[in-house]
Amino acid sequence: MTSSAAMLPRESGFLQRLSSGLYLRPRLLLFLLLAPPLLWLGVIYLGSLFALLAQSFFAVDEFSGMVVKEFTLATYRDFLTNPANWDIILRTVVMAAAVTLACAVIAFPIAYYMVRFAGMRLKAAMYLGVMLPLWSSYLVRVYSWKLILAKEGIISWFANQLHLGWALDAWLSLPVIGGPSLSTSYTGTFVVFVYIWLPFMILPVVAALERVPNSVIEASGDLGARPRQTFRQVILPLAIPGVVAGSIFTFSLTLGDYIIPGIIGQSTPFLGQAVFAQQGIAGNIPLAAAFTVVPVVLMGIYLALAKRLGAFDAL
Amino acid sequence: MRSDARRGPRAGIALKTAALGGMLFLHIPLLIIVLYAFSSEARSFTFPIPGFTTKWFAVAFERQDVRDALGLSLRVAATATAVALVLGTLASAAVWKSRFFGRDAISLLIVLPIALPGIITGIALRSAIAITEIPFSFWTLVIGHATFCIVVVYNNVLARFRRTSGALIEASMDLGANGLQTLRYVILPNIATALLAGGMLAFALSFDEVIVTTFTAGQQSTLPIWMLSQLLRPRDRPVTNVVAVFVIAVTFIPIIAAFYLTRDTHDVSGSQK
Repeated sequence: MTSSAAMLPRESGFLQRLSSGLYLRPRLLLFLLLAPPLLWLGVIYLGSLFALLAQSFFAVDEFSGMVVKEFTLATYRDFLTNPANWDIILRTVVMAAAVTLACAVIAFPIAYYMVRFAGMRLKAAMYLGVMLPLWSSYLVRVYSWKLILAKEGIISWFANQLHLGWALDAWLSLPVIGGPSLSTSYTGTFVVFVYIWLPFMILPVVAALERVPNSVIEASGDLGARPRQTFRQVILPLAIPGVVAGSIFTFSLTLGDYIIPGIIGQSTPFLGQAVFAQQGIAGNIPLAAAFTVVPVVLMGIYLALAKRLGAFDAL
Repeated sequence: MRSDARRGPRAGIALKTAALGGMLFLHIPLLIIVLYAFSSEARSFTFPIPGFTTKWFAVAFERQDVRDALGLSLRVAATATAVALVLGTLASAAVWKSRFFGRDAISLLIVLPIALPGIITGIALRSAIAITEIPFSFWTLVIGHATFCIVVVYNNVLARFRRTSGALIEASMDLGANGLQTLRYVILPNIATALLAGGMLAFALSFDEVIVTTFTAGQQSTLPIWMLSQLLRPRDRPVTNVVAVFVIAVTFIPIIAAFYLTRDTHDVSGSQK
């Protein structure tokens, strides 16, 4: 402190001296900056996660219904040998893949128009138009689809006005994707998932497209490529990492969601609903914990694949 | 930069239709929520709505359960945002100022609560609350919310720090300011709008969060939990419609504000390139 006092102006208060002293001790400053957030996330968050993981190695005693705190793989054995659980996993993964694909197809034209054709003002407006649904209430947006998809709701009304009621009925009579009404079918669940996660796909694609240099596109044209060729052979390959980055969100969010399929869709459970039911109604925390390992493992595999496709450079 | 406004050929009709259709798909459902809040039909979701009325706004405002839930949501969001502002800013300052062992791991740790599906965060906190035998309270809600709000503040403030020259701080110290003065007159004014934007987004995020909330609330009811119970077992459809419109309004204001607060700096940084 004596050497620092010589370099700095006269200091009166304790705080002033402390703050100047900290500036000259970057290690101490770093420690003080990092300690609170690390304590919070490390103790509260990571602690909780590890506690959950640890509990998947416990098991529930069949007679008392109490959790036995001894290391066992019985919970995993029960979990993996139950074919109903594999059905749930398969159903969820297929839904997540379908939702991801649909999001990519809908998001790409929006992002492409935004980056390459929209003027400054329109681009800002579109950006805000994507941000608003992204940040605004998830529940309210799900609720709006309950209004739209209801039996007496908007879609049915429009279908009848256009004399297309028969087409809607034909769609609903299809196996698997059909159901008594749109709001109690997988089609409904699918549409709502796509709607809710779409902004998460648009933004990374926009970011990837913005990184395509104009000069590259001009060079492609100068070298004789037609616009269509430039799009397919230059722009699209460079945009793929953005699509993959977006798909990380859409895939992960669909895997873990338990609210949407509970509100709109059939009664057969998705992964998130199974976890929720195990910990809530059944009170089987070890089994619920084993269930939560599934999306974590699936996302691990997915992230490893995405990394190979260069998705992290586009985030 | 100016030439960016018009570049390349004009968009084809197919692309325009697809882009417009996509944007409509994102926004029409929100308009429909607003429309139904004025519906005079209370029993079903009939379309077109039979008549317009504003009476449900008055009914919803009188409901004590709605007011209690709203009050709890606002208090939780405000407290969680305050905690996230402090922790997120500290973390972003640390990551910006220095390179140290495990720096990437810290970024990952901060992002993790929103990168992992919410149900995992929720159930992990729930089991930790059960193990430590902490009773459910206002503070268990705040702990859950602050944990996933930190990343929002962190991202906003770190982005600003990266555009701020470290030389500014050295210059301030060289000119004789002490650490506190540098913080007060140099660092804070530089990151003020980023803090405000991050805080607003964190508030919007916390205000309508439902997944982690269901696991940390116990018997308490925040506004999203109230809405969720109405979605699962509809009892008061008209009141739900009004609450939905109210939630849209409360979350839109901070989002738009955050957009404008950070947009200026984007323009500034863009023109310097």
